[in-house]
Amino acid sequence: MHVPDGFLDLPTSIATGVVAAGGIALALRRAPREFADDRKAPMVGIVATVVFAGQMINFPVGAGTSGHLIGGALAAVLVGPATAVLCMSVVLIVQAFLFADGGVTALGTNITLMGIVAVLTAWGVFRLVMRVLPGRRWSVAVSAALGAFVSVPAAAAAFVLLFAVGGAVAVPLDAVMTAMVGWHTVIGVGEAVITALVVSAVLATRPDLVYGTRFERPAPIHAETTA
Amino acid sequence: MSAAPESPQASSPRRVSTRAFTLAALAVAVVVAGGLSVWASANPDGLEFVAESLGFGHAAQDAVTAGSPLADYETAGIANPWLSVAVAGVVGCAVTFGLAWLVGRAARRRPAEDG
Repeated sequence: MHVPDGFLDLPTSIATGVVAAGGIALALRRAPREFADDRKAPMVGIVATVVFAGQMINFPVGAGTSGHLIGGALAAVLVGPATAVLCMSVVLIVQAFLFADGGVTALGTNITLMGIVAVLTAWGVFRLVMRVLPGRRWSVAVSAALGAFVSVPAAAAAFVLLFAVGGAVAVPLDAVMTAMVGWHTVIGVGEAVITALVVSAVLATRPDLVYGTRFERPAPIHAETTA
Repeated sequence: MSAAPESPQASSPRRVSTRAFTLAALAVAVVVAGGLSVWASANPDGLEFVAESLGFGHAAQDAVTAGSPLADYETAGIANPWLSVAVAGVVGCAVTFGLAWLVGRAARRRPAEDG
């Protein structure tokens, strides 16, 4: 859902640029708290690279439409929400400047939608579901998948709100909202499947590198003899 | 609200070494970006599709970076479509990893640990 230049007017693009810059500044301040494990593996680089690669794979969702991973949920669960904002921003900056994927004046919009709205929505849902599910390892993957599923239509809905404020073309907004949220709910299923697979793979090999396991109930077990 | 993030647990199971994990994760990313990507659907994505069908697709402008040698995930000067995407994907992985690694180091800011 990379927004190209021209969809939103300049004031709106500037506003989302300010939101994106503020979000990145805040994330830079909060990220050190999440980094406890980063000495072990270069997780920021790994997660950003995996998200970049995942975003290259458009999967068909019917009627001549496709979708691809956003990766906000995946990043948030693997490295924590603040670090995830940084990972997503790196990916979106590389895509805009190197690959002309997403506009340059729209970069703030794309960071706001996919780097901030998707990440925070996914993280909120993840935490909520983790509180309901039993304190088992698979709960992390299931919660991540649900966060992923919700994050895609949430980012789509956020785009429509921006379009309502500063859309370049006057079109019926309820139709845009219905179509955007509808299609992105379908794409969200793909997002959930990919997120669950990747999170499960990391849980199976290096659960200590999954930030989301810190929120298992009861508190993470020190000596996991069942492993 | 439950407690804020706890300090890392002392003894989490490590089933593969850090080096193996890092190399495997990056290898998967490179294979996906440089290999599988050639089979990615060329259909418009959700936003493009909605924009076209509801009549605001024409508002899209080429980004000022459209002249990049890697624009649209095709490498300028490479005619073979598979190789063109593959090179773009691999270069993208490398640049993304490098930049994110630097951001990670900059954001860590733990003087006691950082060299």
